[in-house]
Amino acid sequence: MVEKKKSGYWLTHFGLILGVLFIFFPVWLTFVASTVTQDAIIQPPLPIIPGGEFFENYANALFRGAPEGYGARVPVMQMMINSAIMAIGITVGKIVISLLSAFAFVYFRFPFRNLCFWLIFITLMLPVEVRIVPTYEVVANLNLLNSYTGLIFPLIASATATFLFRQFFMTIPDEMVEAARMDGCSPMRFFFDILVPISKTNIAALFVILFIFGWNQYLWPLLMTTDPDMQTIVMAIDSMIPTGDDFAHWPTIMATAMLAMVPPVIIVVSMQKFFVKGLLESDK
Amino acid sequence: MEKRVFFKGWMLPAMLVAPQLIISFIFFFYPSGQAIWNSLFLPDPFGLKTEFVGLDNFRFLLSDPYYLASFKTTIFFSTAVSVSSMAIGLYLAALADRLIKGAGVYQTLLIWPYAIAPAIAGVLWLFMFNGNIGLASYYLKALGYEWNHTLKGDQAMFLVILASSWGRISYNFLFFLAGLQAIPKSIIEAAAIDGASFWKRFGTIVIPLLSPITFFLLVVNIVYAFFDTFGVIHTITSGGPEQSTTILVYKVFSDGFVSQDLGSSAAQSVILLVLVGILTVIQFKYIERKVHY
Repeated sequence: MVEKKKSGYWLTHFGLILGVLFIFFPVWLTFVASTVTQDAIIQPPLPIIPGGEFFENYANALFRGAPEGYGARVPVMQMMINSAIMAIGITVGKIVISLLSAFAFVYFRFPFRNLCFWLIFITLMLPVEVRIVPTYEVVANLNLLNSYTGLIFPLIASATATFLFRQFFMTIPDEMVEAARMDGCSPMRFFFDILVPISKTNIAALFVILFIFGWNQYLWPLLMTTDPDMQTIVMAIDSMIPTGDDFAHWPTIMATAMLAMVPPVIIVVSMQKFFVKGLLESDK
Repeated sequence: MEKRVFFKGWMLPAMLVAPQLIISFIFFFYPSGQAIWNSLFLPDPFGLKTEFVGLDNFRFLLSDPYYLASFKTTIFFSTAVSVSSMAIGLYLAALADRLIKGAGVYQTLLIWPYAIAPAIAGVLWLFMFNGNIGLASYYLKALGYEWNHTLKGDQAMFLVILASSWGRISYNFLFFLAGLQAIPKSIIEAAAIDGASFWKRFGTIVIPLLSPITFFLLVVNIVYAFFDTFGVIHTITSGGPEQSTTILVYKVFSDGFVSQDLGSSAAQSVILLVLVGILTVIQFKYIERKVHY
């Protein structure tokens, strides 16, 4: 047994609590700012205890936008719906096409299999930011600007999920497919009745990672949505921040920032086990 | 490794890989090819026709002081973000690993910022350091330190590094904690019995055993700092003041979309493509090694 000293034990906790405070502090301040009046914010210092305007500010942010006289009044409810559609579209799209192609790579021998594999392999890790200008042109030429399809599809083109499923399928014993074939099971039946059910934890793990990836997209929606009804909450917050000395209704902005954080944080915390698995195994 | 048992036929598998291949071609290979192709041309100022210029766009970029400055900025920025977030992540993971009970609670309390978008992290820190109303700038002023990141380049750089690292600690913490917990306790105990102190054990056993994971994290964090921090930079500084926080990916965006300098933007994309390609190869060399041993 490694020696344990009482003082060391408390120092360990002290160090960790310091870290936790550093992580929480900016978010706490944001929360406080979203519960006070505009006056409390523009006369620094900001209090560090929440005020009583919680419902007022969040109702404003969600349904009405900032009060009269503070620039554009944009309610964020529609933006949250857009973000959710984009995040879920990316998540489901990636998982479906990856399951299918990983199934083909592992359980079939077909012409150009290696070529196809390498073509998909190359898409790994090259983020959309690198090819942003031509991708924008492609989407514009397809008339997909300001559409959910245009928001979702360019971000599906990556191979991380395919590799994760391929690796997992490799570990499934050959006896499984032998038994299925002996019983006269067709390939698609094997896929739906055996492969997908035993991939459940992997699918859940990828769901968490990809949902966060999708929800937090910033540059792509910023470029391709000009229609206010198509904006996502993460990209829209940038346009609310005042440049220079413009007037801004800070409680509404901070409530919007909280609303942008809450859905992905809830998913990470409530599905923590899958999140940790997904993060450690997908390596990205 | 290959399966020995498989299904027959080629129509079905062709249909199964088709969706991913088609999406990759439309949204990946075609645009990437387009970027490479465009990087060899120079549009005239009115955008009416383009002229083939070969590698001139690259030659121009590599002698352009603004581009070289952006290169330096990127290297400094990504090194600072990677090193600081990895150091804090390792520190917290090492502490949590010492606990017999409660490591799980700290894990929950520390990992959730992974879910916060870089752009939102930028907004949080911008709010704290806002010149008029920010809490941090208020107390800095009270201490006699003038904070104005909209005018002072070094302060702007500090702020974007802080905001980018803050959101990245959770990722590094999680990987380091998993790495530490994978080290067999018997090795540590044997060293302790031989009289090695905590720091001695940490330096001679733990650090070497963590080196593969550290190397992996370094590559992943550099890729993160290169690309994913776009949101932080865009919300906090928009690359300013005077380009002091313009990293390479931000320059691709501002030259391509704001200034409409398409030839140069395409050439910059190609350079980034090559950089990421190199990083990917390095990472796969590492993963291969991990599989073998």
